[in-house]
Amino acid sequence: MSKYTEDDLREELKTKEYEYGFYTDLKSDTFPIGLNEDIVRAISKKKNEPQWMTDWRLDAFRAWEQMIEPEWANVHYKKPDFQAIAYYSAPTSVDPNKTLDDVDPDLLAMYKKLGISVDEQKKMNNIAMDIVVDSVSVATTFKKTLGEKGIIFMSISEAIQEHPELVKKYLGTVVPQKDNFYAALNSAVFSDGSFCYIPKGVKCPMELSTYFRINQAGTGQFERTLVIADEGSYVSYLEGCTAPSRDENQLHAAVVELIALDDAEIKYSTVQNWFPGNAEGKGGVYNFVTKRGLCEKNAKISWTQVETGSAVTWKYPSCILKGDNSVGEFYSIAVTNNYQQADTGTKMIHLGKNTKSTIISKGISAGKSQNSYRGLVQINSRAENARNFSQCDSLLMGNECGAHTFPYIEAKNKTAKIEHEATTSKIGEDQIFYCNQRGIDTEKAIALIVNGFSKEVLNKLPMEFAVEAQKLLEISLEGSVG
Amino acid sequence: MLKIENLHASVEDKNILKGINLEVKPGEVHAIMGPNGSGKSTLSSVIAGKEEYEVTDGKIYFEGEDIEELAAEERAHKGIFLSFQYPVEIPGVSVTNFIKTAINESRKAKGLEDMPAKDMLKLIREKSEMLEIDRKFLSRSLNEGFSGGEKKRNEIFQMAMLEPKLAILDETDSGLDIDALRIVANGVNKLKSKDNAVVVITHYQRLLDYIVPDFVHVLHNGRIVKSGGKELAHELEEKGYDWIKEEANA
Repeated sequence: MSKYTEDDLREELKTKEYEYGFYTDLKSDTFPIGLNEDIVRAISKKKNEPQWMTDWRLDAFRAWEQMIEPEWANVHYKKPDFQAIAYYSAPTSVDPNKTLDDVDPDLLAMYKKLGISVDEQKKMNNIAMDIVVDSVSVATTFKKTLGEKGIIFMSISEAIQEHPELVKKYLGTVVPQKDNFYAALNSAVFSDGSFCYIPKGVKCPMELSTYFRINQAGTGQFERTLVIADEGSYVSYLEGCTAPSRDENQLHAAVVELIALDDAEIKYSTVQNWFPGNAEGKGGVYNFVTKRGLCEKNAKISWTQVETGSAVTWKYPSCILKGDNSVGEFYSIAVTNNYQQADTGTKMIHLGKNTKSTIISKGISAGKSQNSYRGLVQINSRAENARNFSQCDSLLMGNECGAHTFPYIEAKNKTAKIEHEATTSKIGEDQIFYCNQRGIDTEKAIALIVNGFSKEVLNKLPMEFAVEAQKLLEISLEGSVG
Repeated sequence: MLKIENLHASVEDKNILKGINLEVKPGEVHAIMGPNGSGKSTLSSVIAGKEEYEVTDGKIYFEGEDIEELAAEERAHKGIFLSFQYPVEIPGVSVTNFIKTAINESRKAKGLEDMPAKDMLKLIREKSEMLEIDRKFLSRSLNEGFSGGEKKRNEIFQMAMLEPKLAILDETDSGLDIDALRIVANGVNKLKSKDNAVVVITHYQRLLDYIVPDFVHVLHNGRIVKSGGKELAHELEEKGYDWIKEEANA
């Protein structure tokens, strides 16, 4: 009967290369491996930081030294050797006072390979972009257009120089230095990231975007993102990630802090496609990220993530609903294939009255992967009339993968209304055959079924991103039904 | 159009079809009847190319071509359509999106461009009106929460959209009330032409009052044990299947 069987498909998947797995030979300035106070000081000095920043880092480092790596997540991996990582690596051709015209042609060629054309981006899309390679930000586009509205969008290193008052006021207010092991590490050694400030009442006219890439071997990437939406403002922020294919595991420990002041709204979307390791589970990025947002009165923060990459993911974009009537949302699609492991979800902390949160999580597991949703809904005693709706759906492909759901609910106020729905389903042979019979081949059938399953979340992404995310889902799952 | 010779097929090492011979010519309507477990649904699955079924002997020719080596989707591209007894649900995929994908995949296989959206919409409007399908129905998730009648009507809607050469209707009457049965049968009748053929698989004679067959075949224990005209269906309705079984076993 059919010549091209699912076994063939599976075989094809195994040999299918991670599309972004190339390495670009850029001259770079990389610190010796290892971590101590001198390295922290050196990073700070390299970036010409003021004393308060150096002290802030050192505080974090000293706290980190006393901390132990968390083990509660449903993931198993060989712990990184923190003394074997280089904590700073920068393409040397990046001039601190860079303009696009000065950028290394090799670097530009790399962007092209990644499908990012900075020049084109400038002209065509209504997206302002910051690109972070290894440890430093290399190009920020659209600065001028944004500047006219008073919007500040630049690398965090620049922001420390140019807007120290804002950085000092907000850095670490949502994710304190000592929040957790990886956040503390990040606070000590973060080398770059993006900074964004939207002034009062301003609706940011374009999507702001940061593109992260780990290029250099043996380095970790520790970027720090700080987004502040002042009263009554609005911003939509996009984040994309890739890394070269390598046999060793690379560490990515980022911190993202969002601050939505009264009546402000922040929409933060991520398409994460770090190298997931090969079909045997070798290599891949450890993605240990702390993302958290704070909502003041009537503010709204919405996290949307499509997670297809990384060998191990440990990530819980959260909302602290401090102000009355504030709203938190979390929409997530997490795909795991081969030997990937993901433990991801959210925390919704309801402090204010009439606060509302929505959680929609779609987990898709294939191959021998493990996919866990972990979420906390906490209703504080003063949070009158708080409401939460959570929906966690899992889709399984084949018999060797796992889906897990760990919902935690802590309600300390009797007026709270909390709903939780969960489903688990499997792509069935019958569904595939039905599609085949209508002339749709197996690959396309899987894509169709997965897209249908993920639709509620895909619909939340900005248009350009949704198309990319859809393609990514198809690539990540090709041939994974068994 | 369809020619089946001495077809033997098994699933999980269990022999179900044990030597089927059948020829269907363009313009003809064939009914395949038989008691439960006689192999009716297996026959439709084997023709459509379901992988779990293994053809152990015999041949299936479609328009003169041996189709054993063809995957299910390739058979569909050639114009074989199966209306499922139990259509599956695909949450989040609308009826419109599904049929659009199906049509464009078939066109792609033939080296054609996607159907322009305007033409697609026109076709959808035309066919849904013919089958008395509400517009709202088209934006619902495929078969999710559909009633039995809605599921079957959706199958015939897809058939109308895809315009197959050979349509196999597997127990399309099961789960239908009399109004739905009439609509579905009218739809099939309107789609009938001298160039295409219909194979109706059914347990009861009821559907055959609406879709009148040229030939009736009785399947028992994996073989066609009796063939005749439409009067055979009436005979079965009156006498049941026992006499056929006895005749076959004699």
